Amino acid sequence: MTELTLVQAVNRGLFEAMRSDPDVLVLGEDVGVNGGVFRATEGLLKEFGEERVIDTPLSETGIVGAAIGMALYGLKPVAEIQFVDFIYPAFDQIVSELAKFRYRSGGQYPCHVVIRSPYGGGIKGGLYHSQSPEAYFAHTSGLKVIVPSNPADAKGLLLTAIHDEDPVLFLEPKRIYRAVTGEVPDGDHRVPFGLASTVREGSDVSVFAYGAMVHVAAQAVDALATEGIHAELIDLRSLVPLDEKALLASVEKTGRAVIVHEAPRFCGFGAELAAIIAEKALYSLKAPVVRVTGYDTPFPYALEHLYLPNMERVAHAIRKTAQAA
Amino acid sequence: MAEPTPSTENEPVAVASRIPSTDLLGVYRMMVTSRVVDERCLTLQRQGRIGFYVPMQGQEAAQVACAWALSPEDWIFPAYRELGVALTRGIPLKLLLDQFIGNAGDAMKGRQMPNHYGYRAFRFVTASSPVGTQIVQAVGTAMAARRKGEPIVTVTFFGDGTTSSNDFHSGLNFAGVVQAPTIFFCQNNQWAISLPREKQTRSETLAAKGVAYGVPGVVVDGTDVHAVYAAVVQARERALAGGGPTLIEAQVYRLGPHSTSDDPRRYRSDAELNQWKAKDPIARLKSELLADGQLTEEADRDLWESTKSEVSKALAAAEAMPPVDPRTMFDDVFARLSPQLEEQRLSFEELPSPNPVRT
Ligand SMILES: Cc1ncc(C[n+]2csc(CCOP(=O)(O)OP(=O)(O)O)c2C)c(N)n1
Ligand SMILES: [Mg+2]
Repeated sequence: MTELTLVQAVNRGLFEAMRSDPDVLVLGEDVGVNGGVFRATEGLLKEFGEERVIDTPLSETGIVGAAIGMALYGLKPVAEIQFVDFIYPAFDQIVSELAKFRYRSGGQYPCHVVIRSPYGGGIKGGLYHSQSPEAYFAHTSGLKVIVPSNPADAKGLLLTAIHDEDPVLFLEPKRIYRAVTGEVPDGDHRVPFGLASTVREGSDVSVFAYGAMVHVAAQAVDALATEGIHAELIDLRSLVPLDEKALLASVEKTGRAVIVHEAPRFCGFGAELAAIIAEKALYSLKAPVVRVTGYDTPFPYALEHLYLPNMERVAHAIRKTAQAA
Repeated sequence: MAEPTPSTENEPVAVASRIPSTDLLGVYRMMVTSRVVDERCLTLQRQGRIGFYVPMQGQEAAQVACAWALSPEDWIFPAYRELGVALTRGIPLKLLLDQFIGNAGDAMKGRQMPNHYGYRAFRFVTASSPVGTQIVQAVGTAMAARRKGEPIVTVTFFGDGTTSSNDFHSGLNFAGVVQAPTIFFCQNNQWAISLPREKQTRSETLAAKGVAYGVPGVVVDGTDVHAVYAAVVQARERALAGGGPTLIEAQVYRLGPHSTSDDPRRYRSDAELNQWKAKDPIARLKSELLADGQLTEEADRDLWESTKSEVSKALAAAEAMPPVDPRTMFDDVFARLSPQLEEQRLSFEELPSPNPVRT
């Protein structure tokens, strides 16, 4: 075990994977000499050289397209998109190509690329350094979407991603890259996909969150415990594949659900969670499902503290849901 | 333009390497097979026996000669019009017909429109519809092969219109920077559906687009098998020697419609079409073979007839195949069925009405 920040945990995960498997390589903008603008790839170039740590030209479609070509050949590329806000030039490669290769070739061409990218608000990044686009990608059949919320999961889920057989979009909550530290197992630590984790146990309300919002929700849950409201907090970690069992089991226990994410509400990932609850646990519900999310506006620079769900908003929603008849 | 024409001053003029004389008849056979399959498929589509088709008539010399110059180990990243490349690579006709029909023999499992195929064993990567996406991928595979020490090239195929796409530019730029062993093979068939070449770009040639990326560009007469072959051989040798990528513009003409959904009379004249029909690449190679005594009119007639009956045989076999099993719809989304897909497959199987099965 080593105490690490989240971004250090990502970095350790990359070192671990690259040391154990010569087919793993990283590519992206400024990932080599500079070690990545957030330092997630720091030190890799020195140890693994230019052939495995590739500073690419400034083209996201080129990065993902080239990674796809490498994966078709049998390498295990880990592509970095510097900020997820700049992933859209690669949207075609991800949605039309990466996610569909296995299917469209009748299983002949698995295409295992991991795309890592910092996402989310809270760093004064404005419209284009703050977005949470997970819903676009979760909506894309054939793509796995993973969002860690703490250092141990960041390393463990990243190593699972790199050794998986399917394409993975790995979204790193950059707001807590350094703000959150934790004990991280050394070596080849893996956290399986498709398993949510229970952050707080409770019986009054179920709260579902992922990424940086887990910490905001945890603050709210802890504050409410002093008022006698015992909420259960579940960190989804893996949006695709989704741990439906954990989702439903918790709602069946509490009969109340609050969903928290920072992406806009309309057609956000929370809508899927609410729909699953409605389809499969409606009769357990004692109160309407509530979503606490970013607003349906572009991400506002100066007002981000009001745009993002904060402790008060989440606590308010949990309290109301707990008290609803 | 019989000789490859360099588009930059630095570019050495290609050594004229002609297709070996002993290979020429084989090249011709491939071109005839392509034409026969193509014509048959247009008929099949009109008869409703296949749903759609993208013909390649007029591009036989470019495709067959290019593929002929490659090693079977080289990776091919096709677009949707590369029948001649596929046949030259050795992909059995029956397999292609299975794909056009979308039956149980289709390696794509009935998931893709006709012409969107790929066969791993033949290093022929499965095509998609969005134009240009294969171009950057070919560069990545070339980088991977080089890293693994395999002495091969990757070759990506695309049209004139696709030189306006993002991925064309990204791909050339990447390849230039990393000196990827990739051949960019552009078939300039003068049209991108209804858009003529001159409305696609002000660039004098498409090959010239390589210059800014440090990628040599070569223009060849794509109706001349020798010119195409020479350009590809040279590009391949350069790539394998560490000299990086080449952009080849093969000037051809799409004699048929863009696809079976297209009516070219809406946008181009018969006069233009007839001009190019006079330069039919098959007729051109036939004259050469007749002249040097490798072919007679009679042998040629026999070749067309025997090819037609081979196609009929393959077609009969393909049409005898059972339809795709509907339950396979849920396979290959991921390596393993996710719980969500498992649930959807179960609900699909439990539908009260019989599952729709293609006849
Ligand atoms: C990204 C994208 N936009 C539009 C289309 C629709 N479309 C299919 S083929 C085509 C023209 C392509 O022309 P060209 O690159 O010259 O190739 P050709 O069809 O002539 O072989 C268009 C516009 C597409 N398939 N992909
Ligand atoms: Mg064209």
